[in-house]
Amino acid sequence: MKQSVTVNEPKDLKAGVALKAFFSKLKIKPPKFEVKTILRKVVVPIVSILLFIGLWHMGSKALFNVEANYKIEKALTDQGQAAADATKACIASGDLSCQPNTLPSPSQVWASFNTLLADHKTISADKLAFKEKTAALNEKRIAAGKEPITYTGRPSFVDQIGTSLKTVFAGFLLALVIAVPIGIIIGLSETLRSSFNWLIQIFKPVSPVVWLLLVFMIVKTMTKDSNSDSAFIISFISVGLCAMWATLVNTAMGVATVDKDYINVAKVLKLGALQKVFKVILPSSLPLIFTGLRITLSVAWMVLIAIELLAQSPGLGSFVWEEFQNGANDSNSKIIVAMFLIGIIGFLLDRIMLVVQNAVSFNKNASA
Amino acid sequence: MIAEKSTKDTVLDQENGIVFPSKIMLDLKDLKKVYPTPKGDYVVLEDLNLQIMKEEFVTIIGHSGCGKTTMLSMIAGLNPITGGNIAVLGNPVKGPGPDRGVIFQSPSLMPWMTALQNVLLGVNRVFPHATKAQRKDIAQYYLHKVGLDGAFHKKASELSQGMQQRVGIARAFAIKPKVLLLDEPFGMLDSLTRGELQDILIEIWNKEKITAVMITHDVDEAIFLADRVVMMTSGPRAKIGDVLKIDFERPRTRKTVLEHENYYTYRKHLIDFLEH
Repeated sequence: MKQSVTVNEPKDLKAGVALKAFFSKLKIKPPKFEVKTILRKVVVPIVSILLFIGLWHMGSKALFNVEANYKIEKALTDQGQAAADATKACIASGDLSCQPNTLPSPSQVWASFNTLLADHKTISADKLAFKEKTAALNEKRIAAGKEPITYTGRPSFVDQIGTSLKTVFAGFLLALVIAVPIGIIIGLSETLRSSFNWLIQIFKPVSPVVWLLLVFMIVKTMTKDSNSDSAFIISFISVGLCAMWATLVNTAMGVATVDKDYINVAKVLKLGALQKVFKVILPSSLPLIFTGLRITLSVAWMVLIAIELLAQSPGLGSFVWEEFQNGANDSNSKIIVAMFLIGIIGFLLDRIMLVVQNAVSFNKNASA
Repeated sequence: MIAEKSTKDTVLDQENGIVFPSKIMLDLKDLKKVYPTPKGDYVVLEDLNLQIMKEEFVTIIGHSGCGKTTMLSMIAGLNPITGGNIAVLGNPVKGPGPDRGVIFQSPSLMPWMTALQNVLLGVNRVFPHATKAQRKDIAQYYLHKVGLDGAFHKKASELSQGMQQRVGIARAFAIKPKVLLLDEPFGMLDSLTRGELQDILIEIWNKEKITAVMITHDVDEAIFLADRVVMMTSGPRAKIGDVLKIDFERPRTRKTVLEHENYYTYRKHLIDFLEH
């Protein structure tokens, strides 16, 4: 146990020194930045990240000790002093077979991340080799009217991220295609708005899991005699249904609350109904529609993990679940890697949407 | 001279006592507006009668909340009429339409469109048979007239308040309305910009001679622009209190108006009305 700790510490220190050096370089390089801004925008975030990693490190160490002591004591009471000593030695030696299973330390997570990357490299090399090997054969099979042979090996971690992104975008598009037109229609008519309101209010808070079950009931029957990827269909439809409400509500609100002045202008100019919708109402509600879409995308990404986990659809969610079920020595750290990646991807998606939102927003002062 | 019995489409020129049947552009007859409130009906306007001639510029002044804007939006067709009627060239107003151009108090431009697109929005609607180039020419002509040569392709949201209102003026003139309705168009501007825009407005108006009805709070503005200043009594049940004919020659400049011997008489007349 102690060994692993002493191995970790210099690594963390090194990283810290490297970051500090990087920062001091930055400080000299751009002279136009005020020291105060650098302090606030660079130093404080880095310090907080280091603090976080430090706390995490100490916390995981404490948990590790608790788990290790419990193991040793259990060996002592169950099998006696010799077994306890053996366990202690085994833990200290870093032997994978007897490591306590608890919150992984930052360095373990980093190591797992590298393992996953290496794993990805191996798998993609495998895939490439497979493709080359089967290329000639597949051509023949296609010529003969048969299905080509596809790679059926285990997907790598990166592949699973790709699948998750694909699912979330499919779900997002579904939400967009459903929610925006309906939102516009019910936004235009107060009668429709009040008649649909109860439906929106009731379905909005329904948990993703329940949507999944509902979609499952329907899709299972509908895809009974087709060989389509029903897990993917189920998960993207569920994601779309969970996430579309924000867009629906925002679109309806945006359309319903178009500035009265614009409506008056449209009236004075006697614009036709279509022109009024496309030239006045829609552009003026675009900012709110995009606010809704941004919320929709972040909700979609959040529920995706839970839905994939339950729908057994390949992706980050099932990766997390499989690792949890797997219980291998580095499973916990792989779960933490996934957690960070989920967070980072979610953050990036949100940033992208923010950029789009600001691009369509005509009121430059209104930023999110 | 022509004594027509039917007074519906005729009016008496008070000064000369002549009836010109074809000269009335806008006819407000026994106009009434009631807003229902929980405490009972609130009568904003009652027995309001006003005739406005072709090519006349009329300004309307009155205390805040007396119903000036209500009247103007009823002429524009944006506010339903409770009683009486409004006719444009003898045709009763049934709703809004491009024959009555409106310049609103706030510029009300579509902020996501460029200045040119904002003007084109109306031009395309009013001249559907013109070619694209012709419509663009019309829009550009009016934008040029309001002094926005460099800003055709600027987004409305990037323009200053004064420049936005210039676009508003261009948009209103470009659809060649029969009547131009102006609801305190310069009320939100600083006094320098206001003066500039008054000059621009009157310059274009001198050329186009579109019948104009303009609400203002500014006595000097009312005198400078108008052929007649209509004074409204305070509400409820507001009506026309007094009408002052402004006998300055056109085209006018600010200087000649200010130096005119009658200027302060007019001004006193209006202020006396407003203070009583």
